[in-house]
Amino acid sequence: MTFVTTVIFAGFTVADLLLVAAALFVSLAVMMLYRAILGPTNQDRVLAVNVLGTNTVVILALLGAALGEPWFLDIALVYALLNFLMSIAISKFTVERGGVI
Amino acid sequence: MIETIRIGLVVVAVVLGLFFTFVSATGVIRLPDVFSRAHTASQADTLGAGFALAAVALTLGWEPATVKTVLLLVFIFVTNPTAAHAIARAAYEEGIEPWTTGDERR
Repeated sequence: MTFVTTVIFAGFTVADLLLVAAALFVSLAVMMLYRAILGPTNQDRVLAVNVLGTNTVVILALLGAALGEPWFLDIALVYALLNFLMSIAISKFTVERGGVI
Repeated sequence: MIETIRIGLVVVAVVLGLFFTFVSATGVIRLPDVFSRAHTASQADTLGAGFALAAVALTLGWEPATVKTVLLLVFIFVTNPTAAHAIARAAYEEGIEPWTTGDERR
């Protein structure tokens, strides 16, 4: 019996806890779409997509631990790198003479 | 005994991660302008992601995958505030005025 299948109480395992947490993270990430669509400025939209990407990384890590698929973490690492590159690139190239960092 | 402590730590880290991510989501939706939203996105969201990834690392235990999780945690702690700073600075250089008391929400 591994740690993921350990029962916390009444048949509710650690894997179930991580899956419920992943579902709640998904609903919080969907809430970000409000700002990504309605945001009055472009920077608001980039910021909302950046937060959404961070949530996606966390969801991938939680699912990888809960379902016993450790290679999800590789995808999460690549996603985190691309998310950072996206924010930096957009904020650098939308400004004239962009020296944002 | 040690297993009970480990389960307790996982539950606490997951709940704290969810709480801080909820605070960050509320801030990004409710706060009045792009600079205050960048503030909540850089701090509360980084802490929430850190707690959730710590829970994942505790769940995995001593495995090669744990090293990747810790790397991911350190990477997010470094890059998330940097990205929010770059976005806020791009907004400032585009000439967006910061919100002050009495202005309407944007």
